[in-house]
Amino acid sequence: MNETNTSSRKTTGATHRTDDWQTYPTKILVVLTLFAIYGTYRAFENNWYEVGNLLSPFYSPKLEFSWWKFSPALLILPIPGLFRATCYYYRKAYYRAFFGTPKACAVTGTANPRYTGESSGIWTLQNIHRYAFYMATLVLGVLWWDAFQTLFAAGHFFNFSYFQISVGTIVFFVNVVLLSGYSFGCHACRHLAGGCLDSFSSSGASKTSLSIWERITKLNEKHEMWAWISLFSVMGADVYTTVVARHGIPADPVLFSMDMITNLVAK
Amino acid sequence: MLEARMKVWRGDKNGGAFKEYKVPVETGMVVLDAMHYIQREIEPDLAVRWNCKAAKCGSCSAEVNGRPSLMCKTRMEGFAQQGQEIMVEPIQAFPIIKDLVTDVSWNYEVNKRIQPFTPKPDADWIIYQEDIERVQEFRKCIECFLCQDVCHVIRDSNRKDAFIGPRFMVRVASLEMHPLDTGDRLKFLKERGGAGYCNITKCCTEVCPEDIHITDNAIIPLKERIVDEYYDPIARFFKHVFVKK
Repeated sequence: MNETNTSSRKTTGATHRTDDWQTYPTKILVVLTLFAIYGTYRAFENNWYEVGNLLSPFYSPKLEFSWWKFSPALLILPIPGLFRATCYYYRKAYYRAFFGTPKACAVTGTANPRYTGESSGIWTLQNIHRYAFYMATLVLGVLWWDAFQTLFAAGHFFNFSYFQISVGTIVFFVNVVLLSGYSFGCHACRHLAGGCLDSFSSSGASKTSLSIWERITKLNEKHEMWAWISLFSVMGADVYTTVVARHGIPADPVLFSMDMITNLVAK
Repeated sequence: MLEARMKVWRGDKNGGAFKEYKVPVETGMVVLDAMHYIQREIEPDLAVRWNCKAAKCGSCSAEVNGRPSLMCKTRMEGFAQQGQEIMVEPIQAFPIIKDLVTDVSWNYEVNKRIQPFTPKPDADWIIYQEDIERVQEFRKCIECFLCQDVCHVIRDSNRKDAFIGPRFMVRVASLEMHPLDTGDRLKFLKERGGAGYCNITKCCTEVCPEDIHITDNAIIPLKERIVDEYYDPIARFFKHVFVKK
């Protein structure tokens, strides 16, 4: 029998894990950093965010005031930003990737004998997650409205003669569906819908709460997936709007419109 | 027959080292079997805590290749077939007694600080399944303390003075969500239990051998209840007006 010295486990990053634990925090670090750079650039760019019936989700709702001289995105982005920053899933992701508390399970993290987590200082702001959820839900309502706008040619909203389905329609609807899956599967929403109750059988209302809570729980089980795909979809919708606005080509190709039907019937 | 190369930590509170052993691997063998082989055939003084060998008693918690695991639930074949060395060491968050045995008595002291189940005096003991289902998940806990071991607040920062740890967040959740319980543990949880110390990194959930969704179903709902009580005046108003405990 040979003897080997016990390695020190007190230094940050020390572990005896033999699996690939570095990949997850590294991926998070790269993706969130790239998204933050892209989002910041787009928020300050203050251009190429609106064309025809497409309005980038980064700039929606478009808040334009005479007293505000900067990009309107700076007024609206803090809301979804706060919602995601205080989201229970993203907290796991960025605490691991950026703060090393811990980087991965059973990997020595940033040891601090005075650690207080989210119970003091700026971190207590994590407790406003549900208020961020309320505000983000209002913004989401506007994004649904924007998506419906794409169903009609620019300037003809709700005029069914101008009904159309364009690539933008698909991009915007996919985005709002994914954002809804993320928002309504959030832990704060789950709590408010029924998680706050101790009894689900005590009244008709609590039985209804149970039914809603169970549905939200199903969504919540995949909250991580919703968080990522909705992040990519919102970026995708912005990229699409920018490309159409900047280059005009592809000028949001129409896949289906009432004109097409009319022409078909005439033939 | 496959032979596993094992490194087992031997020592006590004064220090120790990994010792290497070669153990024959049989089909279905788990790490705890290997420890028994070492005790039986090589070194009878190897200290291992175990009891049921069926992943139900929570005694044989250790770290296998750095991962907090139950030794009775960790198969040898996977490691041995890949020619991997198997490193077995005691859980890191608690003081060593000897070899793989640690002193987890702190946990029992924490448990005593939690207000026990407090039913209404005139409680109707007929309980509907939908009311008790959430709590039943928490009752699966076998107190292996792997969640306590992996929690960085306890493991890295050693804040045992301020945070009760995931195991006891689960216990508090099982009481707070019980339809017949009348106790209010939120003040305790916020001020002395250190619920705010948890930063939701979900390691406790990852290592739980009973697959309890500790973070999503116990800790986060408790944090949300604390928000109701201390950070959300609107929810607090509605709760006090409309919700009867």
